[in-house]
Formats: sequence, C-alpha cells, structure tokens
Amino acid sequence: MTTGSSAEHTRRDFLYIATGAVAAVGGAAVMVPLISQMNPDASTIAAGAPIEIDLAPIADGQIIKVFWRSMPIFISHRTKAEIDAARNVNLATLKDPQPDSARVKEGHEQWLVVIGICTHLGCIPLAHQGDYNGWFCPCHGSAYDTSGRIRVGPAPTNLPLPPYTFVSDTRIRIG
Amino acid sequence: MAMTIQRNLIALAVAGSLAAAAAAPALAAEAAPPPPRVSWSFSGPFGKFDQGQLQRGFKVYREVCASCHSLSFVAFRNLADPGGLGYSAAQATAVAAEYQIQDLDDAGQPVERPGRLADYFPKPFPNALAAAAANGGVAPPDLSTMAKARTYERGFPWFVFDMFTQYQEQGPDYIHALLLGYRDPPPEGFKLPPGAHYNEYFSGHAIAMPNPMSDGQVTYDDGSPATAAQYAKDVTAFMMWAAEPHMMARKRIGLQVMIFLIVLAGLMYFTKKKIWHQVERPREIAAGQDPDKTTI
Amino acid sequence: MSGHATYQPQSGFMKWMERRLPIGGLIHSSFVVYPTPRNLNYLWTFGGILSMMLAIQIITGIVLTMHYTPHVDLAFKSVEGIMRDVNYGWLMRYLHANGAAMFFFAVYIHIFRGLYYGSYKEPREVLWILGVIIYLLMMATGFMGYVLVWGQMSFWAATVITNLFSAIPGVGEAIVTWLWGGYAVGNPTLNRFYSLHFLLPFVIAGVVVLHVWALHVAGQNNPTGIEPKSDKDTVPFTPYATMKDGFFMVCFLLLYCWFVFYMPNFLGHADNYIPANPAVTPAHIVPEWYYLPFYAILRAIPDKLMGVVAMVAAILVLAFVPWLDTSKVKSARYRPLFKQFFWLFVAVCIGLGWLGAKPAEGIYVVLSQIFTVYYFAFFLVIMPLLGIFEKTKPLPNSISESVLDAKA
Repeated sequence: MTTGSSAEHTRRDFLYIATGAVAAVGGAAVMVPLISQMNPDASTIAAGAPIEIDLAPIADGQIIKVFWRSMPIFISHRTKAEIDAARNVNLATLKDPQPDSARVKEGHEQWLVVIGICTHLGCIPLAHQGDYNGWFCPCHGSAYDTSGRIRVGPAPTNLPLPPYTFVSDTRIRIG
Repeated sequence: MAMTIQRNLIALAVAGSLAAAAAAPALAAEAAPPPPRVSWSFSGPFGKFDQGQLQRGFKVYREVCASCHSLSFVAFRNLADPGGLGYSAAQATAVAAEYQIQDLDDAGQPVERPGRLADYFPKPFPNALAAAAANGGVAPPDLSTMAKARTYERGFPWFVFDMFTQYQEQGPDYIHALLLGYRDPPPEGFKLPPGAHYNEYFSGHAIAMPNPMSDGQVTYDDGSPATAAQYAKDVTAFMMWAAEPHMMARKRIGLQVMIFLIVLAGLMYFTKKKIWHQVERPREIAAGQDPDKTTI
Repeated sequence: MSGHATYQPQSGFMKWMERRLPIGGLIHSSFVVYPTPRNLNYLWTFGGILSMMLAIQIITGIVLTMHYTPHVDLAFKSVEGIMRDVNYGWLMRYLHANGAAMFFFAVYIHIFRGLYYGSYKEPREVLWILGVIIYLLMMATGFMGYVLVWGQMSFWAATVITNLFSAIPGVGEAIVTWLWGGYAVGNPTLNRFYSLHFLLPFVIAGVVVLHVWALHVAGQNNPTGIEPKSDKDTVPFTPYATMKDGFFMVCFLLLYCWFVFYMPNFLGHADNYIPANPAVTPAHIVPEWYYLPFYAILRAIPDKLMGVVAMVAAILVLAFVPWLDTSKVKSARYRPLFKQFFWLFVAVCIGLGWLGAKPAEGIYVVLSQIFTVYYFAFFLVIMPLLGIFEKTKPLPNSISESVLDAKA
C-alpha cells in the first residue's frame, strides 16, 4: 500500500479532528446535567401545582394575599368606585397601555387577581396605597392603580396576571 | 430543646428494643444461610423494572406492609414517574386522593384532607416512639431505602466476581428470602425469645416481625398467582424501585456513556499512536522507512 | 521535534499580557515544551488521572452542596432528595461517592509506582513529602464526606474515628469533646465536618500546585531511574504526554463509569442507607475499603494507645522513605531483591485490606499482626539494609539507550 505524504497528512488530520470533535461533544454533554441540576427539582415542581381559593370570605374592598409557586398573589375584591376608576383612564397616558377589561375575567369584573411582585426589581407592593389607590412599592416608589397598572415610578410594566380560571362564581383555581 | 429530648427518648426506646433483638445472635451460634438467588427483571446492565410487577408489589405494600411500615421518601407523584410503576398522572392523583393527609386549615387547626400528588405516603405511626410502643418495642423500619439498606456477606472471592457480573441484588435477594423464611414451629432446640418469630434468614433467627405473607391475602387484578411466594417477589421488586427510582434512566444513560467512552478511547489511542510513532520507531524512520507501511 | 524553544506570544493580546502577567509563558514552559522522559510507561499517567479526579470531585461536590442540608434531622433526607428529586441528582451523588473510591484507587497506584521506581529519591524528597501530605488530606476529606450522609455507618465511623484521639494520654478526652462540639457526635460535629469537607479539597488543590511545581523543578523520574542526559532522552510534554495521559484518562473513566452507572452501591455499605441512630451500633463497623489496611493495623495491636500510634505511624513512615531507602539505584528494575520485597509488600497491603473487613477475632488477628510486622519491617529494616547488601544490575548509560536496547 502506497500513500503519498499529502494523503497521509489528510488521514492524520482527519483523525485529529475526529478525536477533538468527539471529545468536544462529550464535554458539551457533561454540561447538560451540570446546568439542569440547578433548575427546580421534582418536589418543587410538584409543590407548584394549581391551588383553589374560596373567594366568598373576601369582603368588598378587601385585598388578600395568597401564595402560589412561592409568589404572592393579590386577590382584590374591587368596589364599584375602584372599578370605575380603573375604567375611566385615558389609555394614552399609560406607560403600559392595557384596558381594565383585559385584566379581569368577563363577568367577574369585581375580582382582580395579580402577581404581587413589583415589575421593577421584585419587591412586594403595599395594597391600598399610593396616589392611585392601588398598590405602592416602598422600595423605589412605583405606584399601581386599582387595575394593577403602573402609573408612576421606575417599574416598566403592569403587575402580571397569573393563569387562573373561575371554577364557580366564588372559587378560582390558580395555575 | 423539646425536639432533642424527644429524639433522645426515641433513641432510648429504639435502643432498648434493638438491644433485645441484638442479644439473640449471641445465643444462636448458627449463622443464617445465604439467601437463594432470585431472577430479577431489573438485574444486569440492561435490567428493567417490570411495570406489572411493581403495580402488584405496590398493592401488596398498601394492603399488607403499610399498616406498620412507612415509605416516607416516596411521594404519590412518584407513582407516575417514568421508569417506574407506569401509572398516569390521573391514576396517581386518584391513589393520592384515597389517603387522608394531616394538614392545617386557614385557622391553623389540624385537619385531614385528601392527598395530592405532591404529598408523601403518610406514616402509619405519628413517630418512632409510638411505632415502637405499638409493635412490642421494635419500631418497624421505613421501607423507602430498604432494598439498598440490607445485604448479606458475599465473601472472597465472590465479591471480586460480582464486579464483573454486576451482581448487586443482595438486598432484594435477602428481603425476598426473609419474607418467605418463617418457620413455625421453630426447629427443635431453638429457644425463641417471647414475642419473637423464627426466621431462617434473619441474623440470629429471632425476628420481631410476624410472618406477613399468606396465600390468598391480596387479590391481584392481572391474574398473577395469589400466593405468598408471588407477593414476596412483587413487593421486593416494588421496594427496589422505591429505593432506586431512577435505575432505568441510570442504566440507559450508562450505556450511552460507555459507548461514547469506548469510541473516544479508540480515537485517542490511534491519535496517541500516530503522534508517538516517530519517537518509538526512530531507527526505521532515520533509515527512510515508514514502519507503519509494513504493518498495514 | 524536541527543540525546546522559548515562548513567543502569537497574538497582540498575548504579547500585551506577557509583559504584565506571563501566564502564557508559564503554561507554555510547564505544559507544552516541558521535557518528559521518553520512556515513561502508563503508570505515569496517574498524576494526570488524579488531577482529573480532584476536578471531578470538586465540581460534583459543589453541585451536591447546592442541595444538601447539614443538619442531623435533614441530612439523610436531603441526600435522598438529591437521589430522587434533583435533576440528575442521583448522577451527581453517585459520581461523587464512587469518585472518592476511584480517587483513592488511583492514588494507591500512584504511590506504589513511586515506591517501585524510587521516585522519592534525591532530588525528589520534597515532591514525595508533598504527596504524603496530599494523601493525608485526602483521607481526612474522604472521612468527613462519608459522615455527611448521616447514615448508620456515617455516624458510627465518626464516633469511632474521632475516638481515636481519646487514646492520647491526659488530654485525649478533652480533644474528643472539642472535636465533637458536644458530649457525643451530633449536630455541631456534622456542621463542622461539612465546613471542613468543603474547605479541604481546595487545600488539596493548593498542595497539588506545590507538588506539580516541585515535579517541574526536579523533572519526572522514569522507569530506568536515571536522569535524562540530553534532548534525545526526552520528548516535549505536548503533544506526547498530553495525548498519552488523555488516552489513559478515558480508559480510567470507563472503569469509573462502570461503577457509577451499573453498580453504584457496590463500593459503599448497605448500613449507610439506614438513617443514623445514636442508640444502635451496627453489628459490623467497617470503613470504606481505602482505609481498611490502616484499620487492620489499628486492630492488630491489643493496646488502645499503641494501636492508634501504629496506625498513624503506618502513614507517617511514608514521609521518611527518602532517607530510609539507602540504595544508590532508584528503579526496582535494576534491584532484583527489592523487587521481590516490594511485591510482597503490595500483597501484604492488600492482605491487610482484606483483614480490615474481617471481624477482629481468631486467626484474623494473628494474620493482621504478622502483616503489620512486615509492613513496618519493609520500611524500617528491609529498605535501609537492602541498600547496603543488595547487588544491583548494571544501569544503562542513558534513557535513549535503554529504549533502543528494548526495541532491538
């Protein structure tokens, strides 16, 4: 068998490249478990299953706080005045324009359910405070209205809505 | 502080109970025989759990073992985990709902509610002290890790061979033998301590657990024989799953890793040979011959 | 081919860097052009394998600390959580537990290699002593890591090993109480072992740097035991040693993965899957296999203090080997008598390991005593005397000559 020096070189280069490539694939594969282990584990995911909340005990004008997936969820039983205040806003003046109807479930306008984490840097805003009678974040002064929308302050977006459905008129299921 | 005191009490209770059990081996000079080897579906490098067997074993656990033994590290959600019993999430949810779990209501008062997927199998006794008190002074051990927590001495040279044959089912073999190892009445001349039962495979032969298995005790849905031998085998397989729930993923990934490493080792070997060949055959190369050409 | 050119930075950035922090030059001189004897066999790849194992242990260990809880009520539970719930947690834990065993397996080959080829002799005494220090640190780290599982064997190993200090006359009891932070092994003990188990691997890594530094000053020993005399005797570290090391590392990983994926609990003890119970001692207390020879020496001597002294001395005697061996010839290849005593010594160490796992009664104790006597005699009697009386074989003139003679 005769092999020219260039063919010899090609064969050798192929071997080196193949070895390097396979080793690199192995190195990349090792990263999968090393990265994946930091994601929520099975017990954390299981604990984040949907929860059901009975709305009946929440009085008119009252805001309660429940926890779902370790996040505070505000459930606000809004008064007529609060609903009107939320509706009668010129959307053009809002930082994150969103009509109130897009933030509640149809037919359940008195119930506002939001994730109670300030969209600025994650503090929990205080209920019934601030210039707009919604929530006020004591950390950096963001104020939200009765629809949970950002009105003034450094927060960029409205308070996010968790996934939820009405199981009955007085019961919701979050998650 | 209160917790420490409680722990000490439990410790003392368990100590006292096991001291009685531990005294027995000294009396019985005769050593327990090695348990017979059982053919398990999960042994060997390609071993898999048998879903039907695990489901049957789970039924045996629920109807026989669970009245005394906890399974504290296993959650209801695990019943639907891949590589295990093969139940759907809905089936696992239904199983969970059959259990009552202790919880607190909104007013902080203790209540019982139906189990959820995230809950763990409830314990039959509130604590180890109560478990010992209700069982003649010996707390029945938790079964979550049981299949890995029991073994028997293989001895030289068998343990060397085991490294190559991958025999590692000493735990299941022992549990299986123990479940079927009761002899009533005990052999003549054996002095059985009060409250103990004679078991051929238990160290010292005097075991606190009464014979748990009898034919026809559990009704199987899949037509498997309703015999003590079948129960023992199925529940042991279930315990192996409970102790090592990721075994099938482990062996599957293991095969991939081994194949990858063999390929890489082969490539590394030829690369290394290529690089070293000038150093290892310097005379031939100096004489103008490529030693590789003659070898191919 | 083996022209050891000095480092010339290629890129502009590396040129800029080289004037400020010459790390490129350091790597180049230490791991690229560094001359290695051309006749090194595969036993010399275990240094690289050990570095790899240390890295694997540190990486998997840091992963485990992210999920572990050092509290007597939660330690065992959190380990089971790692095994069951954490993504790939079972893999991380089995890699770490079996990694410790593989680490010791590799270090024993590395130590025996050094003994066989006389790698501890002038000018490598400091290199050798640093190795003994690493070994001691490994033993401490491995022991404390084993305790963290908080199973039955963890708890009773902690009790028994810490009680070794109680043999010290006068202050022994006070030292043991101080180690425990209580009147028995308990939560304070677990917490401090966790802290130290986290710290010590980085101390090991630091001593490894010194070990490699000393190696690069003295140069590697080789199977002939004679020092390289010219460029013909050496090859540059890269690519020759790197590829050879790399190949054998992958082979070692195959062995490691055999245990991790197919028999992960074979090297462990079943009792450690039972949560720690301070009221019940297991019927058989057995340390992990890599401590068994020393455990056998401890039990061979019927006196508490002397047993502990013998066990400690069995490790510390290694540090004096450079001066106990009086032979002018390094490699056992040219020492026919030493070679026989060496292999007998290996057999005795394995025998002690076997005895360490057996109950301390009857014939086992007698055998342990005989083997212990040989263990010490090998270092304290045979090594000094052989150097004087042994007739060694003629040494080759150079490494390259020995290589060419072997090929011819």
